[in-house]
Amino acid sequence: MTGTIETPVVAERLVKRFGSFTAVDDVSFRIARGEIVGFLGPNGAGKSTIIRMLCGLLRPSEGRARVAGFDVAREPERVRENIGYMSQKFSLYTDLTVAENLRFFGGIYRVPRAVLPERMGFAVEMAGLRHRENMLVSTLAGGWKQRLALGCAILHRPPILFLDEPTSGVDPESRRRFWDLIHDLSADGVTVLVSTHYMDEAEYCNRVALIDRGRLIEMASPSALKQHTLGGDLLVVECEGMGTAMAALHEAPGVRDVAAFGNSIHILVESAGAALAALPDYLAGCGVRVTRIEQIKPTIEDIFVQMIGAEARAEGPRP
Amino acid sequence: MFERILHMLIKEFLELKRDKWARFRLIVPPLVQMLVFGYAATFEVYHVSTVVLDRDHTLESRDLISRFAFSDRFRIVRIAATDAEVENAIDRSDAALAIVVHAGFAQLLRKGQSAPLQVIVDGTNSNTALIALGYLNQIVAQYSQDYTLDLIRRGIGGAGGKMVQVTIEPRPWYNPDLNGRWFFVPGVVGSLTLVVVVSLTASAIVREREIGTLEQIMVTPIRPAEYILGKTAPFFLIGLAQVALVALFGTLWFHIPFVGNPLILLLGTCLFLLSTLGLGLLISTLAKTEQQAFAASFFVLNPAFILSGFSFPIASMPTPMQWLTYLDPLRYYLVVIRATFLKGVGLDALWPDLLGMAVLGVVLLAISIFRFRKSLD
Ligand SMILES: Nc1ncnc2c1ncn2[C@@H]1O[C@H](COP(=O)(O)OP(=O)(O)O)[C@@H](O)[C@H]1O
Ligand SMILES: [Mg+2]
Repeated sequence: MTGTIETPVVAERLVKRFGSFTAVDDVSFRIARGEIVGFLGPNGAGKSTIIRMLCGLLRPSEGRARVAGFDVAREPERVRENIGYMSQKFSLYTDLTVAENLRFFGGIYRVPRAVLPERMGFAVEMAGLRHRENMLVSTLAGGWKQRLALGCAILHRPPILFLDEPTSGVDPESRRRFWDLIHDLSADGVTVLVSTHYMDEAEYCNRVALIDRGRLIEMASPSALKQHTLGGDLLVVECEGMGTAMAALHEAPGVRDVAAFGNSIHILVESAGAALAALPDYLAGCGVRVTRIEQIKPTIEDIFVQMIGAEARAEGPRP
Repeated sequence: MFERILHMLIKEFLELKRDKWARFRLIVPPLVQMLVFGYAATFEVYHVSTVVLDRDHTLESRDLISRFAFSDRFRIVRIAATDAEVENAIDRSDAALAIVVHAGFAQLLRKGQSAPLQVIVDGTNSNTALIALGYLNQIVAQYSQDYTLDLIRRGIGGAGGKMVQVTIEPRPWYNPDLNGRWFFVPGVVGSLTLVVVVSLTASAIVREREIGTLEQIMVTPIRPAEYILGKTAPFFLIGLAQVALVALFGTLWFHIPFVGNPLILLLGTCLFLLSTLGLGLLISTLAKTEQQAFAASFFVLNPAFILSGFSFPIASMPTPMQWLTYLDPLRYYLVVIRATFLKGVGLDALWPDLLGMAVLGVVLLAISIFRFRKSLD
């Protein structure tokens, strides 16, 4: 019944305050059945706080949310029957074996005894833990632990999954495998909300929500986001003396925005052609030796950085 | 409901089985303390609750009794009129000591003969009893001396300068040999259980909160009461096993007699465990970290131990402290456990203590479950 709700997750003007600090500020969104939505944002943006409100772990200070058709503040028990949750912190019992953890969560979720072995088998298979059922969880490597946590969270076949940074601290191969699992679940009609601070994982989602300082800045599909006009062309600059270069670029003619991306600088310019012609000499004049400068396609991260910058400029400095 | 609790129970025992430190805490301290207290020391006592039966009603008997009334070692809690009243007071632990002045007491003294004074002590608290008898001896000796001097001064019967004497006939009840060990060992059973149960329960929920598994549990449809019951049931069972073990050890090793009804002890133990679990849980819901829980249990356990009457008689405490003892589950349990081991008294005498523990337990558990609900936010 609840599994067939067309918008299993609805958040309306959610606010969460901790004392005088507003961790989540007026956030509204809807997630359709079977959708994979990614929450993207830096640490402290408020991703976990939103997810924890949706799970009924935190009471919203304002606004409301419905999950599987139930109000999260008023009927948290009903909500919990319909969701699977992986918290940001690994939270299985490390003193218990793989099988003991699965049996425990199966029991708590009241998975019928008749189907439990099959469900446990599925979870073990999915996590790639066959023949490791009797290993203590504390002895498992990160990727396995993460997949086992997912296995525990879906033992009761919830129609909705909340995964809070499930791939953090896991090697790239395990991350890819994890996303394959999420796609398999979504294909079965499971609605998935997953947070991450790996911007490249946005590509795996049907839609991504960009979150910064408690606000939902934009929510759209990755391709729609990329088509979002940055208001200019994007160049990458690699050089020696990043600090000097960034300061100089801020002052350079035709440059709209400057952002550091690891060892390189991304700049937004009015026209790629003009900038590519003028900037090497300009930077050389400032004492910066450029090793690479060329036009690139914007990534989600570029869009994100640019959007946050635009917001901040529109509002003036925030405390 | 029961299925979830059962799964919690299995999980708790599996964790306990793999937790060396918890196993150590369960086994070693009880054994060590048992042995230490088995060979225990003595303490000073004040305000020993005393019941008086005066059958003589003379100047002499009143003078003697007033000396007890004015001593801060004794506190006269009742003037009895009949033997039955005296027995009652001791049975119900209203009084630890009874002084009976027989009719004809003054007559014997006036004749310059020695007069007997009957003293009944509650031997279950043999420590207090022995010390109290010592003080009693002092007071009575002083009285005899004063009386003799008075006779001499008045020129009666003092011719030969013979001392009159009040002789004490001590009659300990329950613990005829006034054996200190008998008194201490049952007490140790109670205090050890308190320490183990409170400290283990206090850290139980906090630890899950700290490692994050509590959050994972809370997103399941488990109800707070199911979680709390599942979390505490193991400690309840452990507590029962511990009482049984220590009691067995006490009776077999220290040869403590067990004269009471084991079912009453079982009932009392269950109620005691209920209240100690409530205490531990309350700490668990108030503390944010395991260290805080540890510190809090330390701060709760020490007063609980001191206020219980284990080593310092409650009657010797200042009145406000005496009121505080009513909040101490160990206070009630010590009465129950000593009474069942050494006195063999029944429900008619013990019901107030059983009720005390039941009320404490229910209130503490209710507060914990309520606090637990709120602390999710
Ligand atoms: N229980 C809490 N009490 C006070 N502040 C909190 C609490 N939980 C989160 N915060 C604050 O709210 C902000 C958002 O946190 P969080 O939702 O965990 O961010 P994210 O998951 O995006 O990294 C952070 O600044 C964090 O310090
Ligand atoms: Mg987070």
